[in-house]
Amino acid sequence: MPTFFEKKQLVTPGELLAEGDYLPGENTFVENGKIYASRIGLVDSDNKKVNVVALRAFYVPKMGDIVIGTVVEVGFNGWTVDIKAPYSAMLRASDVLSRPFKPQNDELSAVLNTGDLIVAKIASYDRAHDPQLTVGEPGLGKITRGQILRVTPTKIPRIIGRKGSMISMIKQETNCQIILGLNGVILVTGKSLREEEVAIEAIRKIEEESHTSGLTDRITQLLKEKKQTPPKLEETPQ
Amino acid sequence: MNEKPDKLIDKKGLRGDGRKADELRPVKLQVGVLPNADGSAYIEHGKNKILAGAFGPREMHPKHLAQADRMVLRCRYHMAPFSVPERKSPAPSRREVELSKVIKESLEPALFLELYPRTGVDVFVEVLQADGGTRCASITAAALAIADAGVPMRDLVVACAAGKVDDTVVVDLYDAEDKLGAADVPVAYMPNLNAVTLLQMDGILSPDEFEKAVNMAMEGCKKIYALQKEALKTKYMVVKEAEE
Repeated sequence: MPTFFEKKQLVTPGELLAEGDYLPGENTFVENGKIYASRIGLVDSDNKKVNVVALRAFYVPKMGDIVIGTVVEVGFNGWTVDIKAPYSAMLRASDVLSRPFKPQNDELSAVLNTGDLIVAKIASYDRAHDPQLTVGEPGLGKITRGQILRVTPTKIPRIIGRKGSMISMIKQETNCQIILGLNGVILVTGKSLREEEVAIEAIRKIEEESHTSGLTDRITQLLKEKKQTPPKLEETPQ
Repeated sequence: MNEKPDKLIDKKGLRGDGRKADELRPVKLQVGVLPNADGSAYIEHGKNKILAGAFGPREMHPKHLAQADRMVLRCRYHMAPFSVPERKSPAPSRREVELSKVIKESLEPALFLELYPRTGVDVFVEVLQADGGTRCASITAAALAIADAGVPMRDLVVACAAGKVDDTVVVDLYDAEDKLGAADVPVAYMPNLNAVTLLQMDGILSPDEFEKAVNMAMEGCKKIYALQKEALKTKYMVVKEAEE
């Protein structure tokens, strides 16, 4: 039962990874008892499980995930939300309004209109039905301020870091509030434009160099440098 | 077009462009060339220049084309008006519609269609310059574009042709050999799984010649496959090397 890779090796779709007594993990598949990679990424194995951390992928909805989406359509009893997934999500009006929803009294576009951004949780999703969203929890709902950026969804765990070390460091150093949508959309809200920009720069750097080693140190350094150099121009308050 | 030369292969066994019978044209591949597409690739196969862009998986439009149990792959093969010596009408021709279908069907076995029901993946192949064997080069580029879009695949699909010119079986035909030769056998292949996804034949070959042609085409595929893998990796290696 050999394996055919070194740790952290870059593999392409169709590359043979292991044979025999191994379990196929993420982004792999089995054919004739052999495990192959199905995406470009870095191989890793823990115990008997062979995983590929994809460098390029798209978001697939999962129940309970926090996502950030854009309202694309106001319907009769809810909104259609683009969550950057293969499927568009639905947010029902009765979920947003705490009282029973009557189409004749409530103007939905007054609550959320097309183009509005929302933080939401996936309430339900399966193969046969498009995902349903919910905003009925603290921290969810319409986004009123901050900046949005998009990364490849597979990079989100790298941005979070081991036990949240990376993200909490960025939050601490920049005084920004950061919400990571698991669909790869990130909301950065800070007290000043400059702080937000530093946080965004750090996240962009993580995204680009996610498959290199020693990244945490470089990010720490980047944040320190930015902190020391004061802004050149006086900021206009937002 | 020039007059037909007496011989496509000279006394030394060299072909019109100086290659040996089992020699490929130079192939250059590049991944991620179109920032507006989810995934993209560019191939230069001899004088062929082809761009491929992939989108998806995304919701199917028009909606009635979506399948409840699987993903739908759509391909469009198109030749630019300036891709051939005589201006080609930009409207899709009978040949382009056929090649679109052929490319689609040669890529489908590489995808996990059942994984993302009700969605669609779109692949657009644009031939900027044609010099024989565009269908093969298109498949090679399209497979890279899909992989670059992050769509899971069983293997990359590579294609290469072989054929008969002046009673000799040769690999990777160029325009003149394609038009004046006796036969053309394009093969699309998934090397790691050892599976052929496209096999066509235009012309007449004996069973022995046919077998030789298929084997030669598959050998050609394997050589291009190495370049294909390299191209996909290069996109990410560049960042890694810049940092270290």
